[in-house]
Amino acid sequence: MQRLSIFFMTVFAFTILNVAFIHAADTTPEKGEAFPEITMPIPEKDADKAYLGLSGKVAFKLSEIKADVLIIEIFSMYCPYCQKEAPLVNDLYQAIDKDPGLKEKIKIIGIGAGNTPFEVDIFRNQFKIPFPLFADDSFTVHKRVGEVRTPYFFVLKVNADRSNTLIYSKVGTIRDPAQFLKLILNEADLK
Amino acid sequence: MAINRKIAPFFAICLFFLAPQVFGASEQFKGMVYDTGTLTPVDSIAILKTGMKAPDFTLPSISGEKVTLSRYQGKKNVVISFVPAAWTPVCSDQWPGYNITKSFFDKYHAVLLGITVDNIPTLFAWTQEMGGVWFPVLSDFYPHGAVSQKYGVLRSSGVSERALFVIDKQGLIRYIDVHDINRRPPFEALVKELEKLE
Repeated sequence: MQRLSIFFMTVFAFTILNVAFIHAADTTPEKGEAFPEITMPIPEKDADKAYLGLSGKVAFKLSEIKADVLIIEIFSMYCPYCQKEAPLVNDLYQAIDKDPGLKEKIKIIGIGAGNTPFEVDIFRNQFKIPFPLFADDSFTVHKRVGEVRTPYFFVLKVNADRSNTLIYSKVGTIRDPAQFLKLILNEADLK
Repeated sequence: MAINRKIAPFFAICLFFLAPQVFGASEQFKGMVYDTGTLTPVDSIAILKTGMKAPDFTLPSISGEKVTLSRYQGKKNVVISFVPAAWTPVCSDQWPGYNITKSFFDKYHAVLLGITVDNIPTLFAWTQEMGGVWFPVLSDFYPHGAVSQKYGVLRSSGVSERALFVIDKQGLIRYIDVHDINRRPPFEALVKELEKLE
């Protein structure tokens, strides 16, 4: 019994240290800094896999996405602003998709903070989201990026060594998709 | 039992670190949501069980209309969503999600009734900030928390639990989820219960 007690106390002590460490590391990466490497499950849909240039079967690292620039929206199905924002982000996707010079270079993903896969599907279907969305039901990614408010947009420029540099890191609406795209292109030196 | 006594404080500390999760993080509610901290998950004693007749009630709604539960009997299934209070983190992050799920309620011939113990003007302002909601929002303000009490979900602090009740067309309770007040119930759990009514 005594051994079991010590075992449990040790496990809990490690848990506390581990969680405290993770919390201490949770700051929101700013422009000029790097977005943290995160691992996510491979999308189920072949179209999403093809869009992101992924070939694995289980999980992938963000740095494996084939893009020069990656736009990440942290959203929630339960967030009214994210619901209002959805058509604007769809317009941004369409603007990129219809430009042959950009569609292979700039990709968009959404990460549903605290949303289950089912809830992410509701959001996807409601707003006919054409780009891949991922569930972050345990808030794992959300914590890695400093528990940002939603919607939050990160734009990463992918470097030659597959590391990345943030060229945009802001909460709130992108306002005008065309202007936002122009801003990204300037910041990323794509045009 | 000796082990439990020894590890209990460690459990409490772990839960303190593990429990907080950022609900109500929508930019829409920035600076408007009161941080309640982490609360006792459930603080009421259940008095209703599935299979029992749902207690009838009449409550005022933000539209000005009074809503009586029994008016739906024989016509619609009813989902009651009790949330603890307006302008608090998880609650501000629950009903806006229901705003884009009307098709599920329609599919299962269900109406959704949202209830809190707040007064009408507060509920009006809060739901306006959400951009409005499609379902009736009822005030259980006076006599304070009377319906919440009838349903066994009134907490000792005077707010209700975060609870879902599914009531079928016969007026019988088919599902009760008195959820951890600090967390949002996943929507699929409710859908699964609505599916069973068909």
